[in-house]
Amino acid sequence: MSSSARWTLIVVLLAPAVALPLMVPLFDSTDPTLFGFPFYFWFQLAMIPVAVVLTVIAYYLAKAADRDRAAKR
Amino acid sequence: MSNVSAVAFSVFLFFFLLVTILGFVAARWRRAADMGSLDEWGLGGRGFGTFIAWFLIGGDLYTAYTFVAVPALLYAGSAIGFFAVPYTIVVYPLIFLFLPRLWSVSHRHGYVTPADFVEGRYDSRPLALAIALTGILATMPYIALQLVGIEVVLEVMGIGTDDSNWFVKDLPLFIAFAVLAAYTYSSGLRAPALIAFVKDTLIYIVIIVAIIYLPTQLGGWDDIFSKASASFSAHNETNADAIAAGEVSPKSAIPAPLLHWAYASLALGSALALFMYPHSVTAVLSTRNRSVIRRNAALLPAYSFLLGLLALLGFVAIAAGVKVSNPQQAVPQLFENEFPDWFAGVAFAAIVIGALVPAAIMSIAAANLWTRNIYKAYINRDATHAQEAQQSKYASLLVKFGALLFVLFVSTTYALDLQLLGGVWILQTFPAIVAGLYTRWFHRWALFAGWAVGMVYGTLVAYGNPKVGDPGSHFGSPLNEFPTTETLVYIGFTALVLNLLVTVVLTLALRAAGVDEGTDATSPEDYGADVGDEGVVEELDAETPAR
Repeated sequence: MSSSARWTLIVVLLAPAVALPLMVPLFDSTDPTLFGFPFYFWFQLAMIPVAVVLTVIAYYLAKAADRDRAAKR
Repeated sequence: MSNVSAVAFSVFLFFFLLVTILGFVAARWRRAADMGSLDEWGLGGRGFGTFIAWFLIGGDLYTAYTFVAVPALLYAGSAIGFFAVPYTIVVYPLIFLFLPRLWSVSHRHGYVTPADFVEGRYDSRPLALAIALTGILATMPYIALQLVGIEVVLEVMGIGTDDSNWFVKDLPLFIAFAVLAAYTYSSGLRAPALIAFVKDTLIYIVIIVAIIYLPTQLGGWDDIFSKASASFSAHNETNADAIAAGEVSPKSAIPAPLLHWAYASLALGSALALFMYPHSVTAVLSTRNRSVIRRNAALLPAYSFLLGLLALLGFVAIAAGVKVSNPQQAVPQLFENEFPDWFAGVAFAAIVIGALVPAAIMSIAAANLWTRNIYKAYINRDATHAQEAQQSKYASLLVKFGALLFVLFVSTTYALDLQLLGGVWILQTFPAIVAGLYTRWFHRWALFAGWAVGMVYGTLVAYGNPKVGDPGSHFGSPLNEFPTTETLVYIGFTALVLNLLVTVVLTLALRAAGVDEGTDATSPEDYGADVGDEGVVEELDAETPAR
């Protein structure tokens, strides 16, 4: 995979981590509840591990992209 | 000392003394042979790895004020109060993308502050000065707010006498701040980095205990949420007429559709502002390499989870029947009511130490801005490294005592107002810094004009916002109707849009007119440079024993 393709993929991966927590109409309801938490609250807390997983994948992609860059010189 | 328990106080004092010792010992930690430079005092030698950086950046971004203010918003029934959670989720992908580039170019060229970068990139001293002044202005009230956080805890503990003499009354606050100032002066960024370990460990313990133990005492989360929502409905019913007349704010746990844009724009605007703050840049530049920043973008959200749970303690306080007139006291009061004395002492220590770490980093960041972009740029152009470091040390003292005087003599409310403004202001440096990391297309004078327009617009709109039920008052809300619509949006966000608009239009005009763009001191390869590349020094002689 080329370096620029990797960076495109990284941006695509990270986009939902930025966009989803901002789309309030998706989660502004009480139901379904989880462990007593209204949906509104547990959904937003659940976005944290989702963002982490996406960022970890992006991290490995970025590392590979940096390595390519270093190898080129 | 009216109602403080001796046990709680002793535990509190123990931790306070512990971090004081750590603060001074930090001067010898990872010591370099020559401590007389800004890279050492102001950036801790630029050699912090993933582990230390996690504590340092976490200790820096999640301040005591956050720990007090966010649950206070939920306690007070502000529907947009939970925005801190999406805000701290959104910020990390942005850090992941933008800050490694800033790290690389800064290491290649020895930049210490974001304004250094702007000057190098755009060859514009006025623009760099604008960025530096914005940073200092925005950071001062932020430091003052850390004091507010400490004050709230001291009040709940009942420390601070009812003496009418202002000096005696605020003596504990003076002592805490004098100690902080002393070890920041002697140890620089190493002090908060070391203390952050204690701070974060304590905070984690307290929050985990609070969110597991308290619900079992209060009938579970189910009950807590329904009690909070019942109390909000009761408030809305009792005050129905006043709410309709706009004299009292309605309360709710989940934002109504009318507030969706407000919620999202606050979260995004605050996220964009957060890493433009000088203290975030300082912490990020103190890391060893690009990977440390990216790895931390994946690890730091652990704090966001903590913050989300902590925010919910606002509801727990309602369910536990905590009644305080100042919502900021809700969580400390909850701890005092529900925890055994000794653990309440741990909790209070956690909040106060949580204020000391960011206050130290912020004062260092503001001091670096002063030294690099005002002192060295305008007063002493041939300053040596040693003179720079000394200047920064003095400036850090000045900044902190400025903040202290501010809280004592101006007013706490005013500090809050300025903090709101600070976020709006710092956001206006976004085009120059972040766009500058990718493109040199924008014209330096267009950026300057955009910044000025955004600053003036944001300040005027925030000033003209009255508080609910107090017509004619100012800085009542961070929201305003987006021009030509009736949708409420974060003021900083609107100001940024305006700023970008002005910048783009003027860039086109200035380029067409052929106005001089200045010389770019950076080259495209600088933005991807990493440790080991030419011109990127690895940690500045970390292993060399002290003389």
